Amino acid sequence: MKLAYWMYAGPAHIGTLRIASSFKNVQAIMHAPLGDDYFNVMRSMLERERNFTPVTTSVVDRKVLGRGSQDKVVDNIVRKDKEDSPDLIILTPTCTSSILQEDLQNFVARAQLSSDAAVMLADVNHYRVNELQAADRTLAQVIAFYLEKQVSLPGRTSTPSVNILGSTTLGFHNDHDIKELQKLFTDLGITVNVVAPKGCSVPDLVNLPRAWFNVAPYREIGPLAAQYLQEKYDQPYVDITPMGVVETARFIRRIQQILAEQGHIVDYEPYIRHQTYEVSQLAWFSRSIDCQNLQGKRVVVFGDTTHAAAMTKILAREMNVTVVFAGTFCKYDEQWLQQEIGQYCEEVIATDDHTRIGDMIARAEPAAIFGTQMERHIGKRLDIPCGVISAPIHIQNFPVGYRPFLGYEGTNHIADLVYNSFTLGMEDHMLEVFSGHDTKEVVTKTLTAAGELDWDAAANKELGKVPGFVRSKVKRNTEKYARDQNLSRITLEVMYAAKEAAGA
Amino acid sequence: MQAVYECETGNYHTFCPISCVAWLYQKIEDSFFLVIGTKTCGYFLQNAMGVMIFAEPRYAMAELEEGDISAKLNPFEELKGLCEQVKKDRNPSVIVWIGTCTTEIIKMDLEGIAQQVESALGIPIVVARANGLDYAFTQGEDQVLAAMARRCPTDPVAEEKKERAGLKTFLPFGKKEKEEPPKPAHAPLVLFGSLIDPVVNQLTLELQKQGITVSGWLPAPRFGELPPLTRDTYVVGVNPFLARTASVLSRTLQCKLITAPFPIGPDGTRAWIEAICQALGVEPMGLAEREAKIWESLAPDLAFLNGKSVFFMGDNLLEISLARFLIRCGMKVQEVGIPYLDRRYQGAEIELLERTCAEMGHPAVRIVEKPDNYYQLQRIRELSPDLVITGMAHANPLEARGYNTKWSVEFTFSQIHGFTNSHDVLRLVRKPLDRNNALNALGWEKLIQEV
Repeated sequence: MKLAYWMYAGPAHIGTLRIASSFKNVQAIMHAPLGDDYFNVMRSMLERERNFTPVTTSVVDRKVLGRGSQDKVVDNIVRKDKEDSPDLIILTPTCTSSILQEDLQNFVARAQLSSDAAVMLADVNHYRVNELQAADRTLAQVIAFYLEKQVSLPGRTSTPSVNILGSTTLGFHNDHDIKELQKLFTDLGITVNVVAPKGCSVPDLVNLPRAWFNVAPYREIGPLAAQYLQEKYDQPYVDITPMGVVETARFIRRIQQILAEQGHIVDYEPYIRHQTYEVSQLAWFSRSIDCQNLQGKRVVVFGDTTHAAAMTKILAREMNVTVVFAGTFCKYDEQWLQQEIGQYCEEVIATDDHTRIGDMIARAEPAAIFGTQMERHIGKRLDIPCGVISAPIHIQNFPVGYRPFLGYEGTNHIADLVYNSFTLGMEDHMLEVFSGHDTKEVVTKTLTAAGELDWDAAANKELGKVPGFVRSKVKRNTEKYARDQNLSRITLEVMYAAKEAAGA
Repeated sequence: MQAVYECETGNYHTFCPISCVAWLYQKIEDSFFLVIGTKTCGYFLQNAMGVMIFAEPRYAMAELEEGDISAKLNPFEELKGLCEQVKKDRNPSVIVWIGTCTTEIIKMDLEGIAQQVESALGIPIVVARANGLDYAFTQGEDQVLAAMARRCPTDPVAEEKKERAGLKTFLPFGKKEKEEPPKPAHAPLVLFGSLIDPVVNQLTLELQKQGITVSGWLPAPRFGELPPLTRDTYVVGVNPFLARTASVLSRTLQCKLITAPFPIGPDGTRAWIEAICQALGVEPMGLAEREAKIWESLAPDLAFLNGKSVFFMGDNLLEISLARFLIRCGMKVQEVGIPYLDRRYQGAEIELLERTCAEMGHPAVRIVEKPDNYYQLQRIRELSPDLVITGMAHANPLEARGYNTKWSVEFTFSQIHGFTNSHDVLRLVRKPLDRNNALNALGWEKLIQEV
């Protein structure tokens, strides 16, 4: 048992349902007690989904518990088959019902006998994997389920083509990312063959082997399917996340290489140059005089592995910002993260303990945080701005306007996000004047530490002139200095001495 | 006009009963709620309820892991450890353990363990089984209140002298001299049901107007202030989902239960007060006038709602009371879905509903227990109600198909009780109709692609 106040990733069945509800005309049956079916609420409320979520709960209640749920589950699968004529019905238990250790595989086999739809059991361990791992696995499972039934498979397309793996419901800016990728492939003269799972019909999965290669832009959901397709159908895949100018270019160059390996020679360099210099504003943003003050700013990055890695690279490499630490809640992927960004930040961590992250942020006192909704709240408490860069999703992560994180348009959105998360330009100078930076120790527990220190009229007036957004920081620094010097009265002199001390 | 009952035993959606934590921890100020369940439970509270309070919440998950499920770990040691930490970090006066489906399935003896942990740590632990195997949404509160009722002092005289020696040290205000309220002329009356403070005050004052003194509420704002309960105490519920609490109070603790319609809408509020007056032998004064006055103030809403139809998909067990009030307002109720109906505890409410139907010339109400959401959607398509009151999962899809909807949870969280808040109920009901009337001029009727 562990005490938990906050979870960075949901339980496994949420991942399975994200995949099931992403496909067109697929129904899911949840074998679960009343109340476990809040996935439907998340989908309909967070994503403002207009359609009924294709997930039905076969309710486990006391009676079902007593006599076993086999008939009920089978009946519900068969009933759903008649009602909605889906192509596929996916059965999943939840943490709760998986303890019952019923032979769900057998339920599925029985239901299959009376259903026109294909029926399958999502095969995940509900106590060992989280939402993201379960989603990755379910996607691969569904793909294998369809491909392995095929006797003969279609050949490759005559012109270069690609599958995009990892489009899902309830994903972080996922719809916009996928749209941006599709635009990118159009620009590159590559036909998008299948986008899965979101928006894809399961019968179309048999077309997957037609593509020349796969892209799995997210480290969390998609790679297992891409690996499966590589092993089985010799389809290469790109697992670079095209986020930021440098990584997007690397992504495109890798594609160029894959196409060349298959006999199609292209030169994407002019395209990359054009996008970097003229379309994306990020490169120029980093060079603009306004952003000179970004240099050496200390920030903290936390999120899923994909976004934590990409954001760290952008901040450190493309904006010359100092990343104090970067971390992920995907504990199982620590090694990869270390490898990817070890050189771009002072420390890499993997934990799903939000209090630990909160404490680390409080100690680091960064100028900004790039994290999840949780870090946004930590930032609020500490008065540190935070840009949200990763799931767990929140209704705010479904903006109505177009806000991708991937591709060249994504770089613009990220530039805005970074800009809006910092105090820059002339504002920043006010901070410099009063040494707002680099307070490494917490002075007192309260933010304003009013306590027993006495500010004289002139000092108070001076403090009043400091812009509101940095005032408390200046006050804190000055008071910390005064305490260290055993001064009980703060005068103008003390203020400036504090500034000098901090500068030294 | 007898209601027509049906039990569909279908696949339906409501919130998990552990959601009661969201409002109860706020209500009982010195409490800490520990939900003993899986990741699924925790993610629900955080995500679907959207109530995870980031800064120092007074509730948390005791997340069951593989070792707990396979009984490799000793649940007493585990829970004791967590509660020790909670006691150290938050120092609550009471820890409420919320049992879930999982603790039911693995048959964890929560009550037994709680006793041990209670004596080991010296902090009261109340156990409520708010699981989805047996209960729906608001019934979670019922479980907590039923468990808390057993902690009410049973002998008020001895109680005030002793101040419950064992608990004394944990009650921050334990030593404060209590002002002795004048002894009421009637037998003691305790109200049960969790309402926010303004509504508590409104109902208390409303009864005061009748010369009735409320001696206490269950839950009380502080654990140490739970009202004394004896065989002479009259108890009455304010919410229709508290059947088990009512049964613990009346059967186990031998209190005198007043069965009344619930104080929702002017009609229900009047009937509720009348039933209390009758039980306590108090002659009601000016109630009819008070009710008439409220109805008068509701006239514009009534004119608007008259003849409009409403369909309850069923979610929070407030459905019967709301349906009764809306029928009195002149609306047509096409179906009352409800997760569970306790006909004994809701007896007076059902009677009032049937009487209301007869008086308003409304056809017999169709009450569907444990409805099947799929079949309900088909009925909604056939009946085209003017308004659907539904859980969150179906609201957006229905709205996209041109149906006016209202979230049922809004009735759970809004002030809807008593004369004073009658208008608020109708405001909730009117809001979607008014909004969509305003937007209708644009001609965007159905915002989905027709198949």
